[in-house]
Amino acid sequence: MSAAQAELEQLEASLLSDIASAGDEQAIEAVRVAALGKKGSVSEKLKTLGAMSAEERQVMGPAINGLKDRVAAALAERKTALRDAAIEARLASEKLDVTLPVRQSPAERGRIHPISQVIDEIAAIFGDLGFAIAEGPDVETDHYNFTALNFPEGHPAREMHDTFFFQPDDNGERRLLRTHTSPVQIRTMEAQKPPIRIVIPGKTYRQDSDATHSPMFHQLEGLVIDRTANVANMKWVLSEFCKAFFEVPSVNMRFRPSFFPFTEPSLEVDIQCDRSRPGEVRFGEGNDWMEILGCGMVHPNVLRHGGLDPDEYQGFAWGMGIDRIAMLKYGMPDLRAFFDADVRWLQHYGFRPLDLPTLFGGLSQ
Amino acid sequence: MKFTLSWLKDHLETDASLDEIVEKLTMIGLEVESVDDKAALRPFVIAKVLTAEKHPDADKLRVLTVDTGSGDPIQVVCGAPNARAGLVGAFAAPGTYVPGIDVTLSVGNIRGVESRGMMCSERELELSDEHDGIIDLPADAPVGTPYATWAKLDDPVIEINLTPNRPDATSVHGIARDLAAAGLGTLKTAPVEPVKGDGACPVKVTIEAPDLCPGFALRLVRGVTNGPSPKWMQQRLIAIGLRPINALVDITNYVTFDRGRPLHVFDAAKVAGDLVVRRANDGETVLGLDQREYTLTPEMCVIADRNGVESIAGIMGGEHSGCDETTTDVLIESALWDPITTARTGRTLGIITDARYRFERGVDPEFMVPGLELATRLVTELCGGTPSEAEVVGYAGHTPKIVSFPFSEVRRLTGIDVPADESRSILTRLGFTVSGAVEMKVSAPGGLAELMPSSGVHAVPAGDRVDVAVPSWRPDVEGKADLVEEVMRIHGVDNIAPQPLASHDAVNGRILTTLQIRTRNARRALAVRGMMEAVTWSFIPAKHAELFGGGQRTLKLANPIAADMSDMRPSLLPGLLAAAQRNADRGFADVALFEVSGTYEGDRPEQQRRVAGGVRRGTARLDGQGRDWAGNAAPVGVFDAKADAFAALEAAGAPVDKLQVEAGGPGWYHPGRSGTIKLGPKVVLGTFGEFHPRTLEALDVSGPLCGFEVFIDAVPESKAKPTRTKPRLDLSPFQAVRRDFAFVVDKAVEAGTLTRAAASADRKLITGVRVFDVFEGASLGEGRKSIAIEVSIQPVERTLTDEDFEALAAKIVENVAKQTGGSLRG
Repeated sequence: MSAAQAELEQLEASLLSDIASAGDEQAIEAVRVAALGKKGSVSEKLKTLGAMSAEERQVMGPAINGLKDRVAAALAERKTALRDAAIEARLASEKLDVTLPVRQSPAERGRIHPISQVIDEIAAIFGDLGFAIAEGPDVETDHYNFTALNFPEGHPAREMHDTFFFQPDDNGERRLLRTHTSPVQIRTMEAQKPPIRIVIPGKTYRQDSDATHSPMFHQLEGLVIDRTANVANMKWVLSEFCKAFFEVPSVNMRFRPSFFPFTEPSLEVDIQCDRSRPGEVRFGEGNDWMEILGCGMVHPNVLRHGGLDPDEYQGFAWGMGIDRIAMLKYGMPDLRAFFDADVRWLQHYGFRPLDLPTLFGGLSQ
Repeated sequence: MKFTLSWLKDHLETDASLDEIVEKLTMIGLEVESVDDKAALRPFVIAKVLTAEKHPDADKLRVLTVDTGSGDPIQVVCGAPNARAGLVGAFAAPGTYVPGIDVTLSVGNIRGVESRGMMCSERELELSDEHDGIIDLPADAPVGTPYATWAKLDDPVIEINLTPNRPDATSVHGIARDLAAAGLGTLKTAPVEPVKGDGACPVKVTIEAPDLCPGFALRLVRGVTNGPSPKWMQQRLIAIGLRPINALVDITNYVTFDRGRPLHVFDAAKVAGDLVVRRANDGETVLGLDQREYTLTPEMCVIADRNGVESIAGIMGGEHSGCDETTTDVLIESALWDPITTARTGRTLGIITDARYRFERGVDPEFMVPGLELATRLVTELCGGTPSEAEVVGYAGHTPKIVSFPFSEVRRLTGIDVPADESRSILTRLGFTVSGAVEMKVSAPGGLAELMPSSGVHAVPAGDRVDVAVPSWRPDVEGKADLVEEVMRIHGVDNIAPQPLASHDAVNGRILTTLQIRTRNARRALAVRGMMEAVTWSFIPAKHAELFGGGQRTLKLANPIAADMSDMRPSLLPGLLAAAQRNADRGFADVALFEVSGTYEGDRPEQQRRVAGGVRRGTARLDGQGRDWAGNAAPVGVFDAKADAFAALEAAGAPVDKLQVEAGGPGWYHPGRSGTIKLGPKVVLGTFGEFHPRTLEALDVSGPLCGFEVFIDAVPESKAKPTRTKPRLDLSPFQAVRRDFAFVVDKAVEAGTLTRAAASADRKLITGVRVFDVFEGASLGEGRKSIAIEVSIQPVERTLTDEDFEALAAKIVENVAKQTGGSLRG
C-alpha cells in the first residue's frame, strides 16, 4: 500500500468517525462541508488526480472516488437517522392525553319534542296514502267548532267539551279555543272540492287537567271525502295507520259503535295491547283493549255545512290524541310533563335533530 | 248508567252469560265501563255464634265460638254490642279482604286471645252505613252458605258509559230492548195497565210556559203509608249507588232507572192550592231536596203553588213539599221538560241529578202517562192508598218522524251488503215501523244496489226505498245515516271487512304547505344548534302577556283553568323564559330552549302567527356549555341569539344575504343589546337580544339570558321555479386573495355600515368582507374605536397587478371614509 492510499484510509476513518459522532443536522452539515465542500478534504483529494500520472490515477482515481461515495452515503445515512430521531423526539414531546373529553356536537345535544316527531311520523304515513296536511286556527268561532259540526245549541255533547271561551265582543259574539281539530274539516270543505284526503294535526284545548288530560293537547284529525269512501275503507286506513305508526306487523283493533255529533254512524276504536309489564305497552299482543281514537262517516249535516250534497258526496273522519299515541308508543307516563320543558325529560324522551322519520328509513330508530 | 244483571233479566229473557252480555253491550254501542260481579262478597259466609263469653281482659270485647259450617267451631274476638250466643251473621275467615275497612284479615291476637276471623257489620261489607252492630240474620239462615248469595247481594252490577244520543238506554228496559234486537234474548217487559182512579185529581195543573213543558200528568194517591221500601228495591238501588230514602221516593228513583222515566212526588198536605208550571221569577229562591238553596232566573222552569216554588222542573224537587214517613197523601208527577232548558238550568245551578240526565237527553213522551200509571201501581202496591184519576195537561201526542230510507244506503256508507230483509228486521226489533216496498223488482231500471259514481248521484233501485217511522224513544234518529248506524251496530261492525282506499296511482307529490315545510325546517335547524324543543302553554299570565305587547281584551279567556293561564300569548318568549327559570331552579342553569308554534295578535285566524323563538340561559352556547379543560363557555349574549335567529330564518327559506339588522328591538329587550331583522324597510322578520332588566324582574327570572323570535309566516314565498337547475357555476382560474384594513371610526358607527361601504367599492371583485377585530382604547382617542376587516377579492378576468390592488384599496378607504367618517388606522 502506498503512502497515499494509507493517507486515504486514514482520512476515511477520520471522516466516518466525525459522521458517527455528529449529534445533530447542523454538525452533520459541518462534516459534509469539511469533507465534500469546495475546499473539503475529499474534494481536495480529488483535485490531486489531475497532477497524477496515468498509472497513479488508475489506482488513486477509484480509491478517491470510492472514498467520496462512501463518505456521502455515510452522511446521508447519518442525516436520515438524525432526522428520524428528531421526529421521534418531537412526537414524544407532543404526546397528549387523548382520554380528555371533547365537547358533544350541538346536533347531538339538541332535541325535537316528541309531539313534533310524532307529527312528522304521521305525515310520513299519511303522505304515503296520498293525504295532505291541513291546519287551522286555535281561536275559533262557535260556528266552526260546534254549529257547523252538528252540535245543536244546548246539546249535552257541547257540555262534554269543557270549552274555553273568550270575553264576548261588542256584538255579544264570543270566540273560543277550539276543542278539537274538526273545525278544519269545514274550513277545508269550504276551500276545496272533493276528493279530499287530509290529516290535520294541531293544538286543541279543554278545561281539564290530570295525568292523562291537559288543558292544552294535540289532536290529529283525518278527513276523506269523495263519492265512495265508506266504513270498510275507514277500517282499512286506520288499521294500516296503526300498524305503520306502532311499527308492528299486525294490530288487532275493535271498532265499537259510539256517538259523535259530526259523524253518523260513529265508532270508537280500541287497540289490543299488552300492559302486563309495568310502564310498557306492547301492541299486537295481550289481553287489554285501549281506546285510541274516534271515527265515523261524516254526518250529512256537516257535509251540508261544508257546502256538499250528502247524497252526492260521502266520506269519513277520525280524531285521535297525538300526545296520547305518543305516550302509548314511547311510554311517557304523564301528559303534563309534555308541557313543562324540563330539560331532563326533553333529553330522555326527545328525538335527535337528524332523526327524520321516513317510511324508507324507518319511522323511529 | 248502572244496573244489575237480575234487573236486566226482569226485562230480558236470556240464557246468555254475564260475559256474553257485557261483550254484546259494548259491541252494539253501549260501552261497558265496569262490571262488578260481587266476587269480593263470596268469602263472607253465614255463621252462627255458639258461645259468647266476656273477654278476660277487656270489658267491651267478647270471645265467640262460631260455627261457620266448616266443622270445628272457630274462636273470634268481637267488639259488637249485639254479639251474643245464637246470633246468625256473616263471617270472614283470615285471608279475606274486607272492603269496608280496606283490610285483608289475618289471624289476630287481641289482648292475649287469639281471633281467627271476624263477624262483620253491613258497613264492613259496604252494604250500607250500618255499623252499630254485626249483621243479625234470621235464625234459619243456612250456616256455611255465602251470605251474599243467600241475601241476593251477589247480583252483578254493570255500568255502561252512555253516549249522549241514547236517552232510551238510560233505562234497564231500553238496554234490554237493544240486547234483544241484537239477538241476545227476548224482551219480556210487562205492559203497563192503566190504573182506575177514584174521582178527579183535586189538584189542578196550569201550564203557563208551554214551550218549556210540552206535557204534565199528575195524580193524587190518598191514604198511603210511607216507610222503607221493600228489600229487593233497596238492594237494587244500593247496587247502583243510590241511597234508599223511603218507599215513595225510592219508587220514583226505581222507575227512573227501570224505564228512563223520571218522576216527582209531592206531599199533598204541604202543597197549597193548584200547581202552576211557569218560568221562575228573577231572584226567586227554593230550598232543594239536597238542603241547598237555589236562586232562580226567568230562564228556568219551575212548578209552583200558592207558597211559591215547589220544584225545579226536571231537575230537583223542593225540600218543603218533599215526602217523608209522615206523608199520607201523595201527588205523583210525570211530566215532559224541554231538554235545552233543563240542561242550561242544571248547568247554571250546578245540579246533576238522574232526572236532569234524562230530561236533557230527551225522555220518551209517549211514556209520560204509562210512567205515571206504573208509579201509581207501585205506590198502591207498596204503600197502599187510593189513587185519583190522572190529570193530564198540555200533551198534544207524539207524531213520529218518518225517514224515507233506501236499504242500499247501508252498503253505500258501510261497504257491506246487509240483505234488505235483515235491515228491516233489525229496525223492527228496535221499535222502528218499516212500511212500503217489500220486494226488490229485478226488472226495475238501475238494477241492484250498485253505486254509480260516474253519475255523481247514487242510484236507488226501485223497490229498495221504504218509509221508516222512528219510535218516540229515539229522538236522536233523524235521517238515513242514523238508520244505517242502527243496522250496522246490530248487524255487527266486526262483519265489515276492511277495504283498501283507492290508490292515487302515482308517486306522491309534496304534501306539506310551504309554511309547514318552513316550520319543520326551522325546528330541526334550531335543534341542530344544541337547543331543546319545548311545547309551552298557549295561555300565559295577564302580566306576562302585557309585558310582551299582548293582554288585549279579545284574547282574554272568560273561564281560564287557572288565574295564571288567562291570556293568549303574544310571544313565545315569556313561556320560554319561565321554562328556563324552572330548569334553573331545578339545578340546570345552562339551558337552551326553543319552540316553533303559534302566537296571537288578535282573535281572527290571520292574526295567529307562526313563530320560531328561543332562549339561551347561563352558558348554553352553540359550541358547548359550562366549564371545560379546553376553555370554559362564556355567558350567553346578544350574538348567540342573533346567530340562532339567522339560522332559523335561513332554514325557513329567508334570503339571508338580503336581510338587514337594525339596532334596537321591542321594549322587552336590552335597548343597547338587541336588534331587529328586516327584509326591506317594512317587513320585520325577527328580533333578538339580551333582555331588559325590568322585563326579567317582572317575570321573576334571572341569569345571563338571551332570546330571539323570527316570524316564519312573514318570510316571503319564493317564486315557483320553472326548473330545478341550479345557476351556472363560474369558477375563476385566478387566485383569490385577502387584504386587511383597520379603520378608526366614531364609536357610534355600526360595523354593518362599514362593511357595506367596503363591499360596495367593487361588487364584482369583492366577494366578502369580514370583521376580524374591534378595538377600543385610549390610544385611539375618546369616543373612537377601531374596526379591522378582511376583504376577500376574487379576480375574474385576469390576475390583478399591484396597481389594481392599490386602486381597489383606495376605493375601499374612500368609501368607508365617505360612509362612516373613518380613516385608516396609522
